[in-house]
Amino acid sequence: MRILRIIPILVLFLLGTTINADAQCKAFAKKVCLPELVPYTHDGNYHAAILVEGEEAELYKTFYSDMEYRVAICGEEKLPNIEFKVIDSNKNVLYSNKDANYAKSWDFKLQSSQQLKLVVKVSSFNQPGDTPASGCVAIMFGFKLKK
Amino acid sequence: MNKKYGVTSGILILFLFFASLLVGCRSGGTKATKEDVKIDVPKDNSAVYEDIKKAEKIFNALPSPLESAMLIKSAGARFDETLLNPVGNVNNYVTNKSMALNLGIYTCDLSFASLYEQTQLIIDYMNAAKKMADGLGILKAIEQSTIDKLEENINNSEIIMEIVSETFMNSNSYLEDNGQPAVAAMVLVGGWFEGLYISTQLVDMNDFNGNKLVGRIIDQKLSIDILINLLESSKGNPAVDEIIVQVKKLKIVFDKIKITTSPVRPEFDTKSNTTMLKSEVKTDMTPAVFKELSAVVAEIRSTFVK
Repeated sequence: MRILRIIPILVLFLLGTTINADAQCKAFAKKVCLPELVPYTHDGNYHAAILVEGEEAELYKTFYSDMEYRVAICGEEKLPNIEFKVIDSNKNVLYSNKDANYAKSWDFKLQSSQQLKLVVKVSSFNQPGDTPASGCVAIMFGFKLKK
Repeated sequence: MNKKYGVTSGILILFLFFASLLVGCRSGGTKATKEDVKIDVPKDNSAVYEDIKKAEKIFNALPSPLESAMLIKSAGARFDETLLNPVGNVNNYVTNKSMALNLGIYTCDLSFASLYEQTQLIIDYMNAAKKMADGLGILKAIEQSTIDKLEENINNSEIIMEIVSETFMNSNSYLEDNGQPAVAAMVLVGGWFEGLYISTQLVDMNDFNGNKLVGRIIDQKLSIDILINLLESSKGNPAVDEIIVQVKKLKIVFDKIKITTSPVRPEFDTKSNTTMLKSEVKTDMTPAVFKELSAVVAEIRSTFVK
């Protein structure tokens, strides 16, 4: 019956490890990603997750014609390059940071308000046999009134 | 097979199953986990593959209360304190649902007051938001030191906006990171509704055509599906299910508004290092549809703040 005593401890350990990873993600987003938004005002929303090499995340958001935006996508140092694309409702790619040497941020404004999709992908180190790297990826938005 | 060994193995398998569920379910917040679907597709047909491949995480991002308030101000709207949820209502909110919705609502009211430099209201609404955050058990979202910093910088709108943004991020990141995506979603929904409520109430019907604020209200149609997807990622939570029914009622009215957009053309400006996404839009909302929208928003919002 020793196994029955071990189970709750293991469950607590697993939960604790995951919550700790999430808390680290928040600290990373605040420390590393937030400064990337300056001089824009951070909107206050929080989008971050632990991603593994090759994994992808999508974000849907409406952007308004009165504003200028900066999107910052940050990945922990242990991760390979983070790719991100901005796609409109007709599935046209409007921006890809691959064309800008994997830039961490992109500044844009809109003539008319649009719902856009951001696709964020952790690229791969392409080293078969190795444990895939995993780490926090944060997506943050800053805005300011259009001049 | 040894019976004892069989029982122990069964327990171990059950444990591993539930442990994997626990870890898998902790994606939380506005993000939802989708199962990987393996489908054979021709390797040269990358476009098809893109459509079939499922993302590991999906974020449905609503405008934050700060962004909503900024949109109202940028449309040239006046400040009207009577439209805000009175801070005297704070003691009415005792359930997680009402505290979450009103954390979003009070944060939007706080943002609105901040942008119009309503110094006493800024302090009052920060305290109201703090009470909601404390009630939800959100640790360190709004500390006394934050209120003190706010008071010290009460005439510095930039610092006030930074504080509002930081406290909101503290709240929603805490909820996301502590496995409370439904509560996090309700906070965002509260803030979004408050922005929409204030906007609809501020429209002057004698100045309807070409009204910039009306334009911003029409834009909210673009977020209604995001809002529904955000809530549906916590479907099954009774409080969220009630809100989904209300939001679907609102969607029926938004569906009466037509928005036609021309293809988007990105144009990069080397001088400002900024890309302009060019496109023309045509919208169509009659005063009758606006009045219907305004009434539905007011009705739903009244159930949130009661």
